[in-house]
Amino acid sequence: MNTYTLYLNSKRCIGCHGCVVHCKANKGLPVGPILCEISHEPLKSVRGVPKTEFKFRSCYHCEDPFCVTICPTGAMKKREDGIVYVDVPKCIGCMACAGACPWGIPQHNPETNKAVKCDYCMDRLDAGLQPACVTKCTTHALKLVTMKVI
Amino acid sequence: MKKSVWSMCGMCTVRCPIRVEVEDNNVTWLEGNQHILKGALCAKGSAGPSLVADKERPQQPLIRRGGRGAGRWEAVSWEFALDYIADKLKTIIDRHGPEAIMASSRGGPFQDLVKAFTHALGSPNYSNHDSACGRNVHHASISLFGLGRKGFIYDIKNAKHLVLFGRNILASLRPAEVNQVMDMLDKGGRLTYVDVRQTLTGIKATNFFQVRPGTDYALALALIHEIIKAEGYDADFVERYTTGFDELAYFVENYSAEWAAKECGIKAKDIHELVGQLIADRPKVVFHPGWMLSRYNDSFYASRALNCLNALMGNIEVEGGLIFAKGAGDCGGKGPRALNELSPKPTAKRADGVGDVYKQFEKGPGLFHLFYKAMATGNPYPIKGIICVRHDPFACFPDPQAQKEALDNCDLIVSVDTHYSEFGWYADVILPESTYLERDSMIALQKGMKPRMIMRNKAIEPQADTRDLYSIIKGLATRLGLDQYFPFNTVRELWEWQLEPTGFTLADFEKKGFVEYADKPVLYDREKLEGKFKTPSGKIEIISQKLSEWGFPSWKPYESPAKPPKGQYRLVFGRSPLHAHSHTVNNPLLNEMMPENTLWINTREAGKMGVAEGDFVDVISGDITSVITAKLTDFIHPEAVYTVHGFGRQIPLQTRAYHAGMSDQKLMKGQLQNMDPVGGGLNLCETFVTVRKSSKNHQRKVEL
Repeated sequence: MNTYTLYLNSKRCIGCHGCVVHCKANKGLPVGPILCEISHEPLKSVRGVPKTEFKFRSCYHCEDPFCVTICPTGAMKKREDGIVYVDVPKCIGCMACAGACPWGIPQHNPETNKAVKCDYCMDRLDAGLQPACVTKCTTHALKLVTMKVI
Repeated sequence: MKKSVWSMCGMCTVRCPIRVEVEDNNVTWLEGNQHILKGALCAKGSAGPSLVADKERPQQPLIRRGGRGAGRWEAVSWEFALDYIADKLKTIIDRHGPEAIMASSRGGPFQDLVKAFTHALGSPNYSNHDSACGRNVHHASISLFGLGRKGFIYDIKNAKHLVLFGRNILASLRPAEVNQVMDMLDKGGRLTYVDVRQTLTGIKATNFFQVRPGTDYALALALIHEIIKAEGYDADFVERYTTGFDELAYFVENYSAEWAAKECGIKAKDIHELVGQLIADRPKVVFHPGWMLSRYNDSFYASRALNCLNALMGNIEVEGGLIFAKGAGDCGGKGPRALNELSPKPTAKRADGVGDVYKQFEKGPGLFHLFYKAMATGNPYPIKGIICVRHDPFACFPDPQAQKEALDNCDLIVSVDTHYSEFGWYADVILPESTYLERDSMIALQKGMKPRMIMRNKAIEPQADTRDLYSIIKGLATRLGLDQYFPFNTVRELWEWQLEPTGFTLADFEKKGFVEYADKPVLYDREKLEGKFKTPSGKIEIISQKLSEWGFPSWKPYESPAKPPKGQYRLVFGRSPLHAHSHTVNNPLLNEMMPENTLWINTREAGKMGVAEGDFVDVISGDITSVITAKLTDFIHPEAVYTVHGFGRQIPLQTRAYHAGMSDQKLMKGQLQNMDPVGGGLNLCETFVTVRKSSKNHQRKVEL
């Protein structure tokens, strides 16, 4: 069962792409891998104002993730709280995970030759902090939501 | 070893307060100061460590060995470079006097150091980039309020209505201000956005006006006309605190909504609707008078009209309006000392003629572009040495070729910067300054509703052979026998001296990273604003005594902007939230996000040229041709083409940015001295360019 999800308040999002860089900087990633994305539909005129809204996407942390099953070394794992993450020392960089993922979420880190993906900054979560993209979101539009069964 | 350091971002000139976590001289985390920004930071802020690690910034002092701009550099020691510069400066001083040396730095809180050095040399010629930025706004504000553009804080979060004319506030991105705008919108506030194109800001607007380029002044005049006609202004405030209202009412008589609608290419009914909203929302309406408004030849008057609308709204010193920026004195305190206090006041006249030939311009930084005239003509006297500190005139002012020709009259060109600049590439010496994460900066006072002292603390030791600015200036001063003006051996000693009169100590910064002079916002009694406006009359001068004295009208009769000839377009430029003009274009992480700019072309106009989305187009002005990718949109005025400023760099050592995209300023041929005669701002949107489908869209490609 997934515990967390990232929610973007699109009314507050200004499309500055801060989250993308906050994420990369926190994980010390070189040019290449990008772990979350901001996108938008083309502008459409709404009552005389050309409008669009921004969407945020990172890993969906699937209930039954293909990337975990396909990983030949057991490096791709799912935690009890639902976070799908890479156990880095075990990863051999074969990128089977990216091929199995319908959205190609896992990225190749050319510096380490290993897979890297969004893990909700679980090291920060475990230290009682928020993910990098949430903590530093320019307009506080991104939130980490803890889901509950009703 | 782990530590946490309060400091200040330096990726752009907003200078957000930050907190940096460091482990073994490596930045492991940085975020916006929780006490002010609640952690928020923009993409540029997070890309700071990637600037530090980037080997494509100067790693040690460099001296030019080939011709200027040839790119043949010799790496030298700091001692050698400083000796070399000091010798050259001495020769210039001996031959031409100290006033033949000018220096320029980035505006804002840290200009004191470079200004003090210029004055210590005995030269009045300190300058900055502002004639390509906010001079029109600044002078318009002075002519109306007697206070510069930073004399007011815009209380946006409490406003009911924010009106922006070309101020792309969400992309220009001052995080604290952006959050105010979003808070205002969350509370149901209205946003009116006026521009020649749709922007990141405009997509959040309640009202959007896509106007013909160069007609902002027309719309502003019509708003004044309609508000006066409807008697929707704050009559008590106008009566009490302004002069010249009747003349204004007479002046705007012919500028109706119907007239402006035709002029701007918008609907009169929409203007009337906006006027109704403004009257209902008054006084909590903020008309932003513009930030970078060096655009059209009437931008000074457009800014003046926008600020006059603020006065008509009666929004001065009310919540949700314009609040006087308070200094230490307003809280019964004293501000930090400035180094310039130690330097002798310059006696010579300025070489840019400001304060002398041009009485209408405030001395301060003067107008940089006018120094090129002095260089080229030797009038009023020659300029032979120039030092630019974190300022790249070639990336900032029009027509770098014309600038180079003027600079060729100089015996010494020095660039002090954290990265390679276009200007630095043409210089004789490049002195690499440590990046903002590797240097201490002076303590500065930030005026506001709650004035505070801010500081930048070095988070890590320099990763290359670079130095902080105080050490560089001190090194030069020592060699020139000017040590008495820079008596401090370290920045820490300088800080302690700065703080002496304030009653605060460095320890007071430890809790939050800044020191506030007040717990609550300081507001003046709105019933007693007499004397707060520093105009000759002490009131808001709708008709300015000073402007009349200097022979300029307070209100210029509107002139319709020229239409571009067939096949040509008006070149306009702007900001992306991912880059701070030219100086982040080569940053690895930011370059990855936005490696080049595009040319926005109205879809129908592109159709006429046979240009499709993604095609290369040639953009031609005089003898300059640039090639750039076309981006088609319905939401740009057909007379305009738009690009993000800062690209098209030509520094081979910046491999990521080299020749990526197009430089707008290089296309502004012959525009270096085209300035607003009253505001002093350059007319940077008065260039027409020819656009055509490029021959680079290859039809054939023969391989082996």
